Amino acid sequence: MSLSKLAGKGVYVQGNDIDTDRIIPARYLKCVTFDELGPSLFYDVRFESDGTSKDHVLDAHQHEGAEILISDDNFGCGSSREHAPQAIQKFGLKAVIAGSFAEIFQGNCTTLGIPCVVMDEANRVKLTADVEKHPESEIIIDLEGMQVICANAIYPILMKESTREAFLTSTFDPLDNLLGAKTEIHSTAKKLGYA
Amino acid sequence: MGKNLFQKVWDDHVIRQLDNGQHQVFMALHLIHEVTSPQAFGMLKDKGLNVAYPKRTYATVDHIIPTDNQSRPLADDMAEKMIQVLSDASSEHGIEFFAPESGSQGIVHVVGPELGLTQPGMTICCGDSHTATHGAFGCIALGIGTSQVRDVLASQTLAMDPLKVRRIKVDGELSVGVTAKDVILHIIRILGVNGGVGYAYEYGGSVIDAMTMEERMTVCNMSIEGGARCGYINPDETTFEFLKGRERVPADFDEACEKWRGYASDLEASYDDEVLISAADIKPTVTWGVTPAQAISIEELVPSPHKAEGLDKNLINDALSYMKLEAGAPIKGTKIDVAFIGSCTNGRLSDFQAVAKVIEGKTVASNVRAIAVPGSEKVDKDARAIGLHDLFEAAGFEWRKPGCSMCLAMNPDKLVGDEICASSSNRNFIGRQGSSTGRTILMSPIMVAASAIEGSVADAREVFNLTEETS
Repeated sequence: MSLSKLAGKGVYVQGNDIDTDRIIPARYLKCVTFDELGPSLFYDVRFESDGTSKDHVLDAHQHEGAEILISDDNFGCGSSREHAPQAIQKFGLKAVIAGSFAEIFQGNCTTLGIPCVVMDEANRVKLTADVEKHPESEIIIDLEGMQVICANAIYPILMKESTREAFLTSTFDPLDNLLGAKTEIHSTAKKLGYA
Repeated sequence: MGKNLFQKVWDDHVIRQLDNGQHQVFMALHLIHEVTSPQAFGMLKDKGLNVAYPKRTYATVDHIIPTDNQSRPLADDMAEKMIQVLSDASSEHGIEFFAPESGSQGIVHVVGPELGLTQPGMTICCGDSHTATHGAFGCIALGIGTSQVRDVLASQTLAMDPLKVRRIKVDGELSVGVTAKDVILHIIRILGVNGGVGYAYEYGGSVIDAMTMEERMTVCNMSIEGGARCGYINPDETTFEFLKGRERVPADFDEACEKWRGYASDLEASYDDEVLISAADIKPTVTWGVTPAQAISIEELVPSPHKAEGLDKNLINDALSYMKLEAGAPIKGTKIDVAFIGSCTNGRLSDFQAVAKVIEGKTVASNVRAIAVPGSEKVDKDARAIGLHDLFEAAGFEWRKPGCSMCLAMNPDKLVGDEICASSSNRNFIGRQGSSTGRTILMSPIMVAASAIEGSVADAREVFNLTEETS
């Protein structure tokens, strides 16, 4: 499955340095599979401790069914927990647009097939204003053209070339590729005294 | 032109370049624990795969294990299940498991070095962002996600891009009361929480050279808090001295040292960036906000949003409102409720020794709940052997069993409501210590002890009368 083009409604979760503890609080890491994580996404930001809604933007009716998450700088910093991108994906979000990303988070997203694309602040301001005004607008992330298209406006985006290539060639989950080099792995292990 | 350590270790471990441009890199050591790894075994099973190099993976439990009562089955069913799944998967695949009460259990980043599993020149990975700790030995040590844990179990390799290297040189001499924790908090404060994105940090300079291995681990541990994928220190005689005689080091130790010495960055190595930090500028440092870069010296005032703009202004405002701190007020004197000494950042023997040296005869304030959590069973045993546990208890600390504990509060050790914790851990994120309104102030172990005794954020130099003569 090539992920060269994705489209969906957007939702803007504002703020720099949104860490993975905020994306998925540690108590939800008590699980032996990732299957049930969707509803716990951003839990403490969305709900009071008694479960009452804080009317967070992710729960606003006009953003129901949103598939593109937009945020600001250093998104996904902190803990390496894959539970964070797993929760994002299971919530129904397919891609993230932000000012910048923390690397472990971005790597985890890539492996799961969630493109993380970088957009500068000036363009993000325009895009998020548009999303807030017209939440039903479709956002198209085009990794071939390295652009986001929304309501007839085109916004340039960035992505590391090897990551982009991985999405374009559907090799974002590297496992099969890695397993294709068993002989070379063994000789490296032997050379270094590890086998 | 010489090479730096990152380039040398990278070149040794690269297997090939993949079609998309990434590299396939062999992982010399893989550490797993009960929270981010059990799911990877499920993924292997789904794909009908086996563990390729089981002798290169070691398992232990740390994140979820209670620190008061560790008798099995654990009171928390899910915690018990996670530990059991890891234990079963380890025995099924022939992976060595350091179980509770084996004498070798503990926080994965404390256990690796103390057993001598962590060795210079290795590539090391673990499903935990604080894997950077192992970089103290001159390793490329990476935090990874669960799918990557799966990749390493199945192939002993990772797909990754090389990193740039920033040399951070800390020169001069630290003044009394200033610790390795203050050094790294200061570095993060200056370079920011995302300043390290795309980089490995190489720490050097006279301050780093003079540090013990445990201090070096504290520095490398928080590299991730500065956004760096990993951090390392070149191996030297201090490194070899620490490893000598440890259980899992190579039989021909001298020969190993020769090889390890060769991994250190060449004198003429080049770097993508260099930063110079003066030891004289580093003071006992504490955080005031909700990221580790939101830090000030104990002498400073809580920042005011008025001078900032745009999102920065929002960040300060949001942090102040969450922390319920007043802009422009001194951080010193902020009332605390809890004091926590432990974690992979500051839960080693020397951390407890440093505190023991100053708390004798002093008592934790009545409004403070204070806990000391050794990083491993070995730290616990060694601390007890020299009477530290009695000393901490006499001062009013609870001395607990090993685990991650209140660093991330996945076990019963949690803040309640909006309690403030003076903490020797590594993250002051919103809700990090188990309550969605709980507040964390990061600092060194001796600063936590001083704050516990005063009942409020305090300057260890004043509380313990530290002067150049007493140090």
